[in-house]
Amino acid sequence: MKKLMLGNQAVARGLWEAGCRFVSSYPGTPSTEITEQAALYDEIYAEWAPNEKVAAESAIGASLAGARAFCAMKHVGMNVAADPIFTASYTGVNGGLVVCVADDPGMHSSQNEQDSRHYAIGAKLAMLEPSDSQECCDFAKAAFDLSERFDTPVMLRTCTRVAHSQSMVELYERDERPLKPYEKNPRKYVAAPANAVARHIAVEERMEALRAFAETTDLNRVEMGDTDVGFVTSGTCYQYVKEAFPAASVLKLGLVNPLPVQKIADFAAKVKKLVVVEELDGVIENHLRAHGIRVDAGKDRFDPKGELSQNRIRAAMGAAVPASLKYDEAVPGRPPVMCPGCPHRGLFTVLSKLKLTVLGDIGCYTLGSGAPLQAIDSVVCMGASVGMTHGFTKVLGPDAARRTVGVIGDSTFMHSGMTGIVNLVYNRSIGTVLVLDNSITGMTGHQQNPTTGLTLQNEPTTAIRIEDFCRGVGVKRVRVVDPQDMAATEAAILEELASDEPSVIIVRRPCALLKYVKAKPALSVDPEKCKGCRSCMKIGCPAIRFTDKKASIDATLCVGCGLCEQMCKFGAFVNPSKAKEAE
Amino acid sequence: MNTRSIMIVGVGGQGTLLASRLLGHVLIEQGYDVKVSEVHGMSQRGGSVVTYVRYGDRVHSPIVDEGEADVILSFEILESARWISYLREGGMLVTNTQKTWPMPVITGAVPYPENIAEKLGAMANVTAVDALKLAEEAGSAKAVNVVLIGVLSRKMDIPEEAWLAAIDAVVPAKFLELNRRAFALGRNA
Ligand SMILES: Cc1ncc(C[n+]2csc(CCOP(=O)(O)OP(=O)(O)O)c2C)c(N)n1
Repeated sequence: MKKLMLGNQAVARGLWEAGCRFVSSYPGTPSTEITEQAALYDEIYAEWAPNEKVAAESAIGASLAGARAFCAMKHVGMNVAADPIFTASYTGVNGGLVVCVADDPGMHSSQNEQDSRHYAIGAKLAMLEPSDSQECCDFAKAAFDLSERFDTPVMLRTCTRVAHSQSMVELYERDERPLKPYEKNPRKYVAAPANAVARHIAVEERMEALRAFAETTDLNRVEMGDTDVGFVTSGTCYQYVKEAFPAASVLKLGLVNPLPVQKIADFAAKVKKLVVVEELDGVIENHLRAHGIRVDAGKDRFDPKGELSQNRIRAAMGAAVPASLKYDEAVPGRPPVMCPGCPHRGLFTVLSKLKLTVLGDIGCYTLGSGAPLQAIDSVVCMGASVGMTHGFTKVLGPDAARRTVGVIGDSTFMHSGMTGIVNLVYNRSIGTVLVLDNSITGMTGHQQNPTTGLTLQNEPTTAIRIEDFCRGVGVKRVRVVDPQDMAATEAAILEELASDEPSVIIVRRPCALLKYVKAKPALSVDPEKCKGCRSCMKIGCPAIRFTDKKASIDATLCVGCGLCEQMCKFGAFVNPSKAKEAE
Repeated sequence: MNTRSIMIVGVGGQGTLLASRLLGHVLIEQGYDVKVSEVHGMSQRGGSVVTYVRYGDRVHSPIVDEGEADVILSFEILESARWISYLREGGMLVTNTQKTWPMPVITGAVPYPENIAEKLGAMANVTAVDALKLAEEAGSAKAVNVVLIGVLSRKMDIPEEAWLAAIDAVVPAKFLELNRRAFALGRNA
């Protein structure tokens, strides 16, 4: 049977068909749906870990116990998980172990566009790269086979266009695998220096064996056509090449580390020009050049920044691109914004008013950096807000500390904010950190996390209380505020900034998109009372418009949160919920 | 058949993903190879969103490039202007006339452009409908997506039953009646 499947859904199907039993991941676009889909299969135990390092370690443990195990992450998640994975390369596996890394060329929803292939090279791991949903399923299965055959973790690299495109997949039955017996083997699994020296030899021998395998496997395939140009490519770029030059010869790589140098050399000998098409860095190209293989075009023509496409490939090759229409007026941009009713809006309105230096973090609240709030000074990586608040205030001293806060979401706090809090206490910081607790992992589409009291399957579990954690590690000044009450939020922030010890304010209100958060009736504006002062426009609400010198509300968007009402000095907003309460 | 390309464009939160699922379902039932490509995550928060639907005997690229779309189905008129360069020569734009202000317009940094539908009409083959009005007539502003699928269905050489079957298969039972009404209103618009 064939089915239209998202790339991520097809990876999950491949896991299931391969007999995988254990999946632990941390969400991150574009990898998130793999784990959500894997959780739908009864035979797979799936969970959200607090971060990618814990996810990878859990999967390594499950592999040691003899199960086929898996974890998925976005490209930057690999930075977090790299420590265990680099050494799991030395220990090897018991049950097959596959790590999926989803790159995001073009940065549709990421803070950088690093190329994960460098990790496969650095950690000396085999890496497979599918080019559509069918291959997502097939390569997930192949990855488990390679993992067990070569005693190694195997990486599966996707990108946004593969992960988030749907195409047809042929479905098969599950290949149920008994657990491989666990046998104590410290020489293999205890990566202490004496053992690791021997294991490094095993790693190098394994790479040698994988290089030989790369030359013959049908994961790498030659499609001979016109011999004027031969393309070497992989992943989604293969699809673009086939679209732009259907008649050309192509060497399609499914195994992108290690590369089949001889196979590529043989292919190069059969074509007049060898062109390497790869997104982001020139990894394949550089490798071929290092081996003395003639490359006629590569990164000199294909931009290392952003995505490629059929037109970019046509243009780079000097072929015609289709004519296109031009709209001859400037079209205003449409950046993503906080939703109507977003609990982050009240807090950022206060931060913007107080003109504080705000060391930010990653999540929906990063949108507080956009106009009109523009309330964020820095964003680096998950958890960085807390560490940066420490360093920033240590250097600039108490006066600056009274004008500086770090902001971090609940999921991000659990991911990597906690150790930063420990550091604030340990190193006698006077920094103030605001934890924006909207009771969900919002940005990636509503995943549960350790603070929500629910598992990936929405089953009840212990909810970790952020305030208990902070008090437990020695933060004496911990308090909770509701960002809906902007006056109280402002007062709390000013008080904590004035104190000479570390403080944590938990800014708590659930995400407006959660099912149990009910929208209230839309507000409206009394045009008689509106003086056109634009105070309400400062909150950056998509439901408020300003026409003919008056504010008005788009009732199809407004969820009745009433923040605009708090901004108005003239009582111009009519709030049906309040009118009801008064009755 | 050579690969054909449809783009669905709109504003995050307008339900473009349901429209692409319906379209994908219909095209598969017609026996085509199909690829549907969408971007999740950040842009869903009220940003500009685009979905590519491609079908034919054998589809390679999952994305549609400038000058390649046979049809653009647009949920918002400013988005029609933004994406019009993706329409191929002789292609067709089916657009909602609804306006949703983007943040730079809300903050007063730039005005919302005027007369977009007229200007686009002078450039290309355009069908413009007030899908919000029809959706409200059907019973909910949320049904804009299925109204627009109804409008699109008239322009494609696929029997009405196939569309109705896709709605039955994809839409949750409790919204079925609403969406059937929305589809009919769009189809007869
Ligand atoms: C290392 C890493 N892993 C995953 C992500 C993807 N990601 C971005 S924000 C975010 C979670 C945000 O949740 P939370 O902190 O609760 O804030 P919210 O979006 O709910 O406001 C995730 C998982 C990332 N950017 N970096």
